[in-house]
Amino acid sequence: MQSVTQRLANPTRFMELSGRLLPWVSGAAALIIGYGLYLSFFVAPPDYQQGETVRIMFIHVPCAWLAMWGYGLIAISAFGLLVFRHPLADVSAKAAAPLGAAFTFLALVTGSLWGRPTWGTYWVWDARLTSVLILFFLYLGLIALRSSIEDETVASKLTAVLALVGIVMLPIIKFSVEWGNTLHQPSSVLKIGGPTIDPSILTPLLVMALGFTVLFIAMHLKAMRNEILRRRVKALQLAEVERVQAGHLAAAE
Amino acid sequence: MSSFSALLARDLRLAVRQGGALGTALGFYMLVVTLLPLGLGADLNLLSRIAPGVLWIALLLSALLSLPRIFASDYEDGSLDILATGPLPLELVVGAKALAHWISTGIPLALMAPVLGLLLNLELAAYPLLIATMLIGTPAVSFIGAVGAALTLRSHRGGLLIALLILPLYVPTLVFGIAAIGALGGVVAPFLILTAISLMAVVLGSLAAAAALRIQMQ
Repeated sequence: MQSVTQRLANPTRFMELSGRLLPWVSGAAALIIGYGLYLSFFVAPPDYQQGETVRIMFIHVPCAWLAMWGYGLIAISAFGLLVFRHPLADVSAKAAAPLGAAFTFLALVTGSLWGRPTWGTYWVWDARLTSVLILFFLYLGLIALRSSIEDETVASKLTAVLALVGIVMLPIIKFSVEWGNTLHQPSSVLKIGGPTIDPSILTPLLVMALGFTVLFIAMHLKAMRNEILRRRVKALQLAEVERVQAGHLAAAE
Repeated sequence: MSSFSALLARDLRLAVRQGGALGTALGFYMLVVTLLPLGLGADLNLLSRIAPGVLWIALLLSALLSLPRIFASDYEDGSLDILATGPLPLELVVGAKALAHWISTGIPLALMAPVLGLLLNLELAAYPLLIATMLIGTPAVSFIGAVGAALTLRSHRGGLLIALLILPLYVPTLVFGIAAIGALGGVVAPFLILTAISLMAVVLGSLAAAAALRIQMQ
């Protein structure tokens, strides 16, 4: 009897299952984000300091959470590839990298746009922004490394090694950036969102975070399906080339 | 242990005979440090404030130039295959090569830093700390760099790609390296953390680089 993970590891079964799940997941994402947007714009009160601009937080914070969890997903997939040789691990990692990079970029941009009216500047080198920027570079490194190697098996394993190096270094990088920041403390202390989070703001935030997570799952599943189909097309093309070559050789005799 | 020392001695001998790489790295280091006052203006007060940062960043960039050489020439002529199948575990092979890189490139760069500190009006009290910090921090530069060199062994645009992969990983070394210089006899913590980062890089860098090499030599 196969275990659940073993049954799910079969790419064909994954395609079946994800094909059936995907419409539901996408629908759920749309509904939750729709409800979250309604809560964010019409129910949550404006902040007493920041006014209406606090509503950017409802998009910015979920993006930032996904940026971090996306890298965690890539690290888990990398571990699954190198240690367990899971058949879908590389597909998962390859699909997640551009998604994670996109959400990191969105987090940086929305944060920057939020910073302009509240802090008066588009960018500041505080610990959190710097860590997210470096996370963005880690994502770019993964994508660049994979695209620079033609052999897919080698590319997938090398990217997995880089992802694991990155996940080990990530806490150290965050620690070092925070540490460096306490040394060069800017003259004013910046506070985001105020001292405590009121439930009227917390609920929309959690709903949006949930909606974005479901959206990420939907996009990740779709990207994995695309990748599996792409590899099948490539395998079919290679098989066709070999068949034609064998035909030529047979005809030449 | 004798295989390790033999490999180390071989790599050092090759580095000395090939010469060029070290000269290029030192020259690059000098040039970058020269460009900065030209770009930022010759205000000596400003320069002395930014001197530790400039010296560290320029060192990291100069080290990047010499990193591909750790494995490239051995990979091309097949010696890396022989080393991989030899008596020494691949992790120790990587360790010996990265150590050779540190001795042949890292230490010279670290010793060049105080000379360039003169150009940047680095304050006198910081010189001993500068040398000590650079010597303690450059093993991290060599070993993390070895991971990058191993990952980009077969890539086309290896040189540029290595920069993109490795510079984010250099951030802790940079932050604590500069903090250790700035500590000036007061706080010892950044110096100790820098040492910890270097030691960690020696172990984990060897493991990761060996894994990357193994993947590409199958």
